[in-house]
Amino acid sequence: MTHFVRVKPMMPPGHVRTPIYLRGKVGEIERSLGEFPNPEDLAYGQPATAKPLHRVRFTMAEIWGADAENPNDTLDAEIYEHWLEPADAT
Amino acid sequence: MLDPKNPARRWHDMGGDTAGPIPDLETPDENHDFSLWEKRVDALMIIGAAKGYFTVDGLRRVLEDMGEDAFEKMTYYERWIASINQNLIEGGAYTTSDLAEKMAAISARGETYGDASSQS
Repeated sequence: MTHFVRVKPMMPPGHVRTPIYLRGKVGEIERSLGEFPNPEDLAYGQPATAKPLHRVRFTMAEIWGADAENPNDTLDAEIYEHWLEPADAT
Repeated sequence: MLDPKNPARRWHDMGGDTAGPIPDLETPDENHDFSLWEKRVDALMIIGAAKGYFTVDGLRRVLEDMGEDAFEKMTYYERWIASINQNLIEGGAYTTSDLAEKMAAISARGETYGDASSQS
């Protein structure tokens, strides 16, 4: 996985673990955590494929734009790789 | 609540919403404890997961699908038992028919433990 990633802006109606407020936002992979059974399968009682999980670091400026009180503060979120796509460092 | 900027947003995905004022909470009762039935619901979740009928992801999925109305009107463990029940039926632990018969049998015992124990 590339260092800078964008959270895919997908909006499926089912159970997912990727919060809306991070979709479409760019962050950097702080560390990779290994593979875990996909909760999107487990939620429906289906056999779960193991998916890579990454801890992604976002700046408050990236998430909240001009509303960020402390734009350089960061937020870490653990997001499965199938929700991430490569992003150019900007 | 429908987000006009993003109609696909589901009600439970609240991160980033305007929180509003913080309500004045009553002083917590230091002797507060969960009632027996609530502890049993918690135990049922652990047993159901340990036996492989469902996972915490299934619990969350049904809680989310229950909708905002349930979130406003039901207590925490009332929502849990509804979700656990649906997951146990989906997982094959028992059928809706089994549940209906058991509920009828227990209701017939009476409203209280006293009523139940007065019957043979």
